[in-house]
Amino acid sequence: MRDVAIIGYSQSPQIRQEKVLNEVEILMPEIDKALADAGMTMSEIDFVCSGSCDYIAGGAFSFVGAVDSLGATPCKMESHVEMDAAWALYEAWIKIQAGEIKTALIYGFGKSSVGQLPDVMSQQLDPYYLAPLWPDTISLAALQANVLTQSGRYNENDFAEVVVESRRKAKSNDNAQLSGDYSAADLLNAPYIATPLRAHDCCPITDGASVLIMGDIDALPKTAGKRPAVIRGMDHRMEAHQLGLRSLDQSISSAQAMEQIKSQSGIAIDQYDMAELYAAFSPQTLILKDALGLSDAVDINPSGGPLAGHIMMSAGLDRFGMTYRAIQQGADRALVHATSGPCLQHNLLAAVEGV
Amino acid sequence: MDIDLEPIETFDAPIYHKYHAHSSRAITPFLHAIKRGELMGHLSRGTGKVLFPPLGACPESGEPTSEPVILKDSGTVIGFTTVHLPIPGSKLVPPFTVANILLDGADQSCSHLISECELSDVAIGMRVKAVWRPKDEWDFGLENIEYFKPTGEPLVDIDKLKADCLAAAQQRKQEADKNA
Repeated sequence: MRDVAIIGYSQSPQIRQEKVLNEVEILMPEIDKALADAGMTMSEIDFVCSGSCDYIAGGAFSFVGAVDSLGATPCKMESHVEMDAAWALYEAWIKIQAGEIKTALIYGFGKSSVGQLPDVMSQQLDPYYLAPLWPDTISLAALQANVLTQSGRYNENDFAEVVVESRRKAKSNDNAQLSGDYSAADLLNAPYIATPLRAHDCCPITDGASVLIMGDIDALPKTAGKRPAVIRGMDHRMEAHQLGLRSLDQSISSAQAMEQIKSQSGIAIDQYDMAELYAAFSPQTLILKDALGLSDAVDINPSGGPLAGHIMMSAGLDRFGMTYRAIQQGADRALVHATSGPCLQHNLLAAVEGV
Repeated sequence: MDIDLEPIETFDAPIYHKYHAHSSRAITPFLHAIKRGELMGHLSRGTGKVLFPPLGACPESGEPTSEPVILKDSGTVIGFTTVHLPIPGSKLVPPFTVANILLDGADQSCSHLISECELSDVAIGMRVKAVWRPKDEWDFGLENIEYFKPTGEPLVDIDKLKADCLAAAQQRKQEADKNA
């Protein structure tokens, strides 16, 4: 397996509502900043891959507009996934493994404030049995959370503790939307929005864009003082779409992907010092922690995670970006997780190591 | 057994979403300008080219654009087609002619209707001028122009027009570089 290293990243501030800039205008400066961070120019990028969904902001072909900001005349080798940009990164990683390209620029963007995100997301569901009922993402996450509390493993106080930790850690993340010191007791005074979930258990509506640069480590510039974040293994697994066919308080696809990256990377679970998990709802953090077998010694979501800021379609890519940043600040081995589909249906895991 | 069942060809599953969009930093000044009856393009400093309509990024250089250039409402047809089939939801009655028009001073064509002539007379290189709707109907959109009509000027040689445009863009780039 070729060693692919992340060497550049930039994320816009994760704000609640951007009233002036459109998605492409949010994205453009981040492309320049990520290239500067990597010490590269666009002409050194072999392949560009993005993740976005036009349903989010309701503008048809907004992803095509984004290509203009790359300087796409005369041509770019380009691809797009209608998924989180973590899967755009996966596509680029496969292309590097195949020897087709050496370097890639990955981006994702979403301006969720424009529409009703929880309802928009119901469009990804089965068109015969589920979508006509319009189950929104918060209600589905609440169903999942209820299965978890019924299992007896966790309760609402545990959910609140996840949020307290997220907001405390997010204090050192300048781009976080939600941060600060809270107590679980205070948070539990808030009203329910869908039992057993309260507003703080849900990721905030966020407008933003992120850009990441990676490549075959031998093809990248060596920058003094920078630690490349090398992807030692990556795998993704998908479960049944029908919610009734799986145990919602488990994540067997995450556990399977974890086994794969363990054999690819040779990194054992107790060697990770941090994990960035794409848990958009607080109970999902606990489901993933159990499925992956993470101990309390592992620093989970040092950036604050998606509960502190959640750029729909880029939040998975941001887990890689935040890991790259944590590695600059001294983390050595990180587990990166991204998810897609309702209630953790589809999960991607990567083993990332600072060198 | 099941094969004997009547196939179900339709069922209702209505989908509707509400969006509250804002015009972007690049498009807002363009929309205000066209409401005043002005056609605003953007100068790309990286290439010296004038982009109309402006999207806020130069596809050639990848740089953001914001410097306004007010263009004349006359131009040259560089491509066209006559549509003979009705378009669902459109008020246009076929046959009608849609053209790619390069506005004078612009380096990127825009699409609009051609009228006030025999459709068979429309030609590449034809000089055209905008016919605006009555001023009290002007809103934030290119529909303020009802269509373009031929001016009667002689046909333009497209290769020469392209060469002239490139030379003018080159000169604007040099000036922009000098001022930077």
